[in-house]
Amino acid sequence: MRSLGRRDVIPSARRASRRRADWRRRGLVLFLMSPWIIGFTVFFAYPILDTAYLSFFHYDLLSPPRYIGLDNYRFLLHDDPRVWPAIKNTLWLIAVMVPARIVFALAIALMLARIRSGAGVARTIFYLPALVPPVAATLGFVYLLNPATGPVNKGLGVLGLSGPNWFQSPEWAKPSLVLLGMWAVGNVMVIFLASVLDVPRQLYEAAEIDGAGTFQRFRHVTVPAISPVILFAIVIGVIEALQYFTQAYVAAHIAAGQASQAGSVTTSELGYPLGSTLFYPILLYDAAFRRFTMGYASALTMVLLVVAFAVTYVIIRRSRSLIYQEGTQS
Amino acid sequence: MRRGLTATLATCALALVVAACGGGGSKSTSTSAASSTPGASTAASGPATKLTLWVGWSDRELDVFKKVVSEYDAAHPEVTIDLVGGIDDDKITAALRSGDGPDAVSSFTSSNVGAYCSSGGWIDLAPYMQQDGIDANIFPSTAQYYTQYNGTRCALPILADSYGFYYNKGLLAKAGATAPPKTVAELTELAKKLTTRKADGSLDVVGFDPFFGFFQNTPTSFAPLFGAQWQDQNGKSTLATDPSWAKMLTWQKELIDFYGYDDLVKWQAGVGDEFSASNAFETGKLAMNLDGEWRVAFIQNEHPDLQYGTAPAPVDEAKSDLYGTGYINGTIIGIPKAGKHQDLAWQLVKYLTTDDKALAELSNGLRNVPSTTSSAKSPDLIPDQNFSTFIDIFNNPKSSTNPITAAGSGYTDLFTSFLANWQAGKVKDLQAGLAEVDKSIDAQKEQAEAGQAP
Repeated sequence: MRSLGRRDVIPSARRASRRRADWRRRGLVLFLMSPWIIGFTVFFAYPILDTAYLSFFHYDLLSPPRYIGLDNYRFLLHDDPRVWPAIKNTLWLIAVMVPARIVFALAIALMLARIRSGAGVARTIFYLPALVPPVAATLGFVYLLNPATGPVNKGLGVLGLSGPNWFQSPEWAKPSLVLLGMWAVGNVMVIFLASVLDVPRQLYEAAEIDGAGTFQRFRHVTVPAISPVILFAIVIGVIEALQYFTQAYVAAHIAAGQASQAGSVTTSELGYPLGSTLFYPILLYDAAFRRFTMGYASALTMVLLVVAFAVTYVIIRRSRSLIYQEGTQS
Repeated sequence: MRRGLTATLATCALALVVAACGGGGSKSTSTSAASSTPGASTAASGPATKLTLWVGWSDRELDVFKKVVSEYDAAHPEVTIDLVGGIDDDKITAALRSGDGPDAVSSFTSSNVGAYCSSGGWIDLAPYMQQDGIDANIFPSTAQYYTQYNGTRCALPILADSYGFYYNKGLLAKAGATAPPKTVAELTELAKKLTTRKADGSLDVVGFDPFFGFFQNTPTSFAPLFGAQWQDQNGKSTLATDPSWAKMLTWQKELIDFYGYDDLVKWQAGVGDEFSASNAFETGKLAMNLDGEWRVAFIQNEHPDLQYGTAPAPVDEAKSDLYGTGYINGTIIGIPKAGKHQDLAWQLVKYLTTDDKALAELSNGLRNVPSTTSSAKSPDLIPDQNFSTFIDIFNNPKSSTNPITAAGSGYTDLFTSFLANWQAGKVKDLQAGLAEVDKSIDAQKEQAEAGQAP
């Protein structure tokens, strides 16, 4: 004889009551989640969907959007002469600035981890540049690296060296921005410092007993132990490089230094000198907020979205085997 | 995925923030009326309507403009005017698109009138002019041209700019020159003679800097010196087909190479800001310069002891009949579509653009060229020998401006980008390069006229 299930003995009134309680619980969950849901919908889902939608339209914000199919994407990929230089410049940033910042931040963190006295002061000093607003920092660097009047070139001159034209030179403008990026590396450095200090001492002692030297201890103990943080720094660095705007925009305008028609700024100053600092987000800004070709800017944004996703995905997939995790082999 | 999405959103947010920052920072200078004056309008019966007027002038120049506006303000109790200075075309365009702009707005970039008219961002002023019996012929023909697009007059000229030649009399005398050069060949020879270097080989005084992007050196301001034409009768770009362009660029590059590109860039980085008292011409670091008429007022204000002279810019020796002409453009003023008080705004625009006394007062303070034919002869104008050069250039029938197109100043942007490469020595085949720019300009124009992508 089949035993009666508990459900079978619950009267229908109780089942209805439980269902009501379930709905109330769901309602409460929904209510508690509503700030996130509203925020996600308004600030995340809607802008993305609207951007994707507008990328198929000609839209100047004055007249109603007009459907033009894939014309924006066609113009982006085939006709706009500034897209590929902007992509190349952005890739240069990813290839040079991201590793440079990570290596520099790690080196500073390792140095600070070894300091015994005055560690707090030293950490503060190295972190301070990260607190300087990017625009102010850029203005400062353009001044320091002014080829004619800047103290850097004057100092080089005293040593008998002729300094480059820095932000005024197409060859040196991007490296100048890298220098600026390395100077303001405090945020990454602090994370590295925390992770370096967190590496168990016994691992170093064991490696030392095994005869490992300084470099070997760094290579085989420090790096594996902080590898998740390195991955984090790479991913964040790449995303920041894909969004690189403020410093390049300010530096180009200040270094260009001259106005055209009685004080107005020309589009040619974007990316000054010779387009060497024309990065993808600057192109996007130009399309959206100077030319007001919102449909085209939306297409540029969608491409950036796909590229950012793809790059991040590839980095995470490729680095999985290189990341040390507790209980797994590095 | 989330990170990727976040990256894109963050990019958009960043761009928005930057754009918002770009829109701020203007100096608001309310010029509300203190009292009405005799002859003032008596139309007001209720509280005064606040009219917002955006202009590009700032600092000292804005003060001059403010004074003239305040006179109108005082005479018209029905309005109180909020004058905002330091406005550029980016801000104007942003306001047009946002639909929340000023009641009247002026721009230094007359070539953008095509974009403002064709987009409908600035309203057609013809009905107002007809209603008030204003004939466009009170403005010189060039000024009439750069304030309309395809027959739609969505702007009026409010003062004009003409470009001429400034020379430092002391430096020229030292070099044995008794008069300013009249041809490009003379200019080149004198520029080389006037150039001096420091002990380390870097440039100290530059004779004439032909670098595009430096101060007022643009293809638009150089084109009249060689009689270079921007487009043919069909509106097609003629950079490659008009040999004047190649001649001009070859001369320009040769002079840059005389200084050395890197040396010149370094010198430019060391001289002061164009619109400051450390302007290279004003401080004697630049012996000769192509500049607008406003420099007369700047010099008077900042370096009144500077011994300088003005003259029409030197021209191509093969086209000596061009001497006396120059590039002309001007400040334009219009009424945005989104303006809430268009009738009142028109009265203000009419006053600022057609009242000879107001124009003369503005011209005296700003040393800009008065933009009606009658105001250019106004007895209220304070005579100045250096300034009169520019009035003559403005009134020369052969002086020219650049074409007004639906793409606004987009075509000059394309050309200027090419020129940046050219003067840096990155262009191997000038003719082929110019032909490429022609193609891009024609395509851009076609797109703008058709309203197609992007």
